[in-house]
Amino acid sequence: MKTFNIGGVHPHDNKLNTEAPVKELPIPQQVCVMVSQHLGAPSQPIVKKGDKVKVGTVLTQNDAFLGAVVHSPVSGTVNKIADIPDASNYPKPAIFIDVEGDEWEESIDRSPDIKREIELDAPAIIQKVKEMGIVGMGGACFPTHVKLMPPKDAKAEFLLLNGVECEPYLTCDYRLMLDHAEEILIGASILMKALGVPQAIVGIEANKPKAIEHMSEVAKSFPGISVQALKMKYPQGAEKQLIKALTGRAVPSGKLPINVGCVVDNVATCYAVYQAVQKNMPLIQRTVTVTGPSIKEPTNFLARFGTPVSAFLEAVGGVPEDTGKVISGGPMMGKSIMSAEATSVKGMSGILVLPEKQAHRNNIYPCIRCGKCVDACPMGLEPYLIASATAAKDFDKTEKARVMDCIECGCCQFTCPSNRSLLDNVKLGKATVGKIIRARNAK
Amino acid sequence: MNETIINSIWLLAALGLVLALILYFVAQKFKVEEDPRIDLVADALPGANCGACGKAGCRDMAVQIVKDPAYTGCPVCNEENVARIAEILGRVPEKKDPMIAVVRCKGGKVNTEAKAHYEGLQSCSYAAGVMPAEGGCPFGCLGFGDCTAVCAFDALHINPQTGLPEADPEKCTACGACAKACPRGIIEIRKRRDEDGRVYVGCMNKQKGVYSAKVCKVSCIGCGKCVKTCPQNAITLENNLAYVNDALCISCQACVDACPTHAMTIMPLDKKKAKAEPEAAPQTI
Amino acid sequence: MAENTKWVISGAPHVHGPESVTKIMWGVVIALIPSFLVSVYFFGMQALLLTVVTVLSCLVFEYLINRFFFKRPCSLGDGSAMITGLLLALNLPSGLPLWMAIVGSLVAIGIAKWAYGGLGQNPFNPALVGRVFLLISFPAAMTQWAAPKALFGDPTRWTDALSGASPLGFAKEALKNGVPADKISEMMPYSDLFFGNMAGSMGEISAIAILLGGIYMLCRKIITWHIPVTFLGSAFLFSGILWLCSPDKFMDPVFHLLTGGIMLGAVFMATDMVTSPMTAKGKIIFGLGCGILTVLIRTFGAYPEGVSFAILIMNAFVPLINRGSTPKRFATCK
Repeated sequence: MKTFNIGGVHPHDNKLNTEAPVKELPIPQQVCVMVSQHLGAPSQPIVKKGDKVKVGTVLTQNDAFLGAVVHSPVSGTVNKIADIPDASNYPKPAIFIDVEGDEWEESIDRSPDIKREIELDAPAIIQKVKEMGIVGMGGACFPTHVKLMPPKDAKAEFLLLNGVECEPYLTCDYRLMLDHAEEILIGASILMKALGVPQAIVGIEANKPKAIEHMSEVAKSFPGISVQALKMKYPQGAEKQLIKALTGRAVPSGKLPINVGCVVDNVATCYAVYQAVQKNMPLIQRTVTVTGPSIKEPTNFLARFGTPVSAFLEAVGGVPEDTGKVISGGPMMGKSIMSAEATSVKGMSGILVLPEKQAHRNNIYPCIRCGKCVDACPMGLEPYLIASATAAKDFDKTEKARVMDCIECGCCQFTCPSNRSLLDNVKLGKATVGKIIRARNAK
Repeated sequence: MNETIINSIWLLAALGLVLALILYFVAQKFKVEEDPRIDLVADALPGANCGACGKAGCRDMAVQIVKDPAYTGCPVCNEENVARIAEILGRVPEKKDPMIAVVRCKGGKVNTEAKAHYEGLQSCSYAAGVMPAEGGCPFGCLGFGDCTAVCAFDALHINPQTGLPEADPEKCTACGACAKACPRGIIEIRKRRDEDGRVYVGCMNKQKGVYSAKVCKVSCIGCGKCVKTCPQNAITLENNLAYVNDALCISCQACVDACPTHAMTIMPLDKKKAKAEPEAAPQTI
Repeated sequence: MAENTKWVISGAPHVHGPESVTKIMWGVVIALIPSFLVSVYFFGMQALLLTVVTVLSCLVFEYLINRFFFKRPCSLGDGSAMITGLLLALNLPSGLPLWMAIVGSLVAIGIAKWAYGGLGQNPFNPALVGRVFLLISFPAAMTQWAAPKALFGDPTRWTDALSGASPLGFAKEALKNGVPADKISEMMPYSDLFFGNMAGSMGEISAIAILLGGIYMLCRKIITWHIPVTFLGSAFLFSGILWLCSPDKFMDPVFHLLTGGIMLGAVFMATDMVTSPMTAKGKIIFGLGCGILTVLIRTFGAYPEGVSFAILIMNAFVPLINRGSTPKRFATCK
């Protein structure tokens, strides 16, 4: 079975209650829609207090190339525009909407039929994807239309669908592949048409045999799309590792997937593209896994954006007594949040509740130079060296140790027997070296 | 036996002589003429090699000072150092206001309530990427001591009671290393004003008053009372945050008395006029 | 909402793997048990006493240095001092005076480990430094091997019962006196050497016990195959080449693998994480160097045994090897 070639770790996958169907989360009384939910230039709100909005009404504008707009996930009245903390724990502007009923824009096709024929041509598809605010839903929130416009000197050859879901605990993509395989693959066909590529490969890890089976079955009726089972190994869902696993190509340092002819999109993104292009439906909701060892019934919820974390937690029976940490995303790369005020956004794939026992960092021992971090690094770096150089503020050395290649997957820190804060140091080094490089380039 | 001893003595003596001669001629050949004043100036500099001047070290700085009469000089020298250097070089000692590092945050453990518990790398620069301060203020001091770690003069320490850094006026040379190290730019180099007291806003929070008041008891809420009371027009209000212009301030303390949240600060504390606050409100620095 | 409890904030990753320093150290201790039992079996209570004294004195020195010199929290819990003690004991002859063992422990813990800053900082393997210190300081006592109890045969046929030479020492002496190598091999059957029925340091005699421990550590992923295999392989090849060149003057390669401390060294000493390279490539270079140096010292050096010296010499090269053997970078390999 295929996988990427160097490094990687095997965390326990902890996929809990995977067979339970996706539940629709009731729309809360008030939603707080973050103004910027993508990677790139921030958006500006175009609604003001007192405005009436419907589901699908455009709330923000963004003229930047690397920009994405946000649509109203509910119908109601804009209450205010104010700052609330997001998953980064920093206050960011959000649009508060008081919910009244559930009235949708007329242009949205809400019928349950699946529409296979793709009527739009490539430029129209890209325009549609941009208008509907589609961003990468794996977590990075990179605006999808940008990926569909490769630079002149690069040619896309493969579309790779990321159904790996290598993060422990998360099951939202798995459920989506079981419930909406056909839509995902139509979405993939749309992206293939937009990119002009003949071939698409869906990568799914071996711990999801049902999804592999179902997707392969459905893919038979889609020419050019194949499903590839992958050996379980974290971080297979990382872009570079997935490309390596599926095509054998390696994205060189500092280059993008398109430089080796690949475009990678999450299966959830494909589903969103399907809905945007075929159903005219903007990105207003997503599947969110609410899970954790202490949660009685871990569930996948279909929830509108702007729903506070507290509403998700109440839906699974409230915050357990012994909760020590709440994470937006998975346990390997997710962000721990300070309060349940934060609301769901396009990139929030899961809410993981860890009990007190698992919430803390372990005691740190001296580095015993075992080299396990070196073996685990999927980029072939030496995390111990980067970390120690950063701690010594020797940023020249940090840079020479190729810190900028780090994908921040956390394998080094996961595997370190001395429980050292390797990734913390590496990230600090990466941020500092990034600044140094930018300052140097500016000269 | 005797012969061995004598032979070795001769041999070693001859060897020593030859090598000494070589050393002598090489030293003559590669002699570097250097201004003797450089060493004197280097001795007069503080010698901490703190790097505040941007030179490789104090000696490098001495070379620069001796070479260039217009060079303004070492930013961390005290008056005594400056006077000695001036004497060595026969120049007029440059007059400058003594400065000190000022910490513009009074949140810390006492005035903000921790809403979460941080674990991991004890570094402000890193922790700032994961969270605001533990109390929730996105502009406040994180308290992990990036500033104290870079202080070459052992002048900055985290006060365990408040969790905030404090500059020791005896030791601080205002080199500015801490100000550069702080990821939030909380530390500013301001005039000392040891006699009258230095007045500054002990807050960096640019949020609206409602929010900043929510996270911290002594935040600047941007009410503008200080702006109105200042007789010198030294205070400006921008982004909900007041700022005292160091050049215009006369340490009259009108703003300190007017500030409703005690964000406006005067240091040293004993310079605070007794009449302003007969019963000292609970306040920490 | 239960908001009264403060949640923990930290950077990713939020989960940690099963590995820990303590588990690794105790894993090594478990792996050493077979060798320890064999030494007690062959050398009796004396061996047990020496081991207990060495381990205890290592633990005591570790505690005292931490407590009174560095004033750091106690580090006995990580088990590293225990391993140093055990390994040192297994590297000593069973009849060594106890006070010498204590001196060795002091050198191992105090000089080889804590003088450099404690666990993880020492460039040289502490137990080996302790052993080499004793070997150079007390050469007579360190080469007085008590003969093992007879079990599978009569060991006294090639040496006298009280204080025998180790097979390597015996072979070296015999070769010097012009006895052909094959004659010497005949005197010492491989089965004896394999099971440990020979004179030598407590832990080095039984190849099978050491291999058992090695296999355990391999399964637990405490060590990788690189160092033991390349160490033994290169020693085998190099001694084999010498033997093929002149079978009369040099002992055969199997004899080299089964005698002396090479098994113990390759499996337990050279694989010490702290003092061995990080990457697979580096480990292979390290193993090769150890193997070749061992055979060089054994055949051409003054000492009959060279494993300790070989490993210590290679230890010194580890920083260099680490710099030269960076891992395969992503996207620079096919």
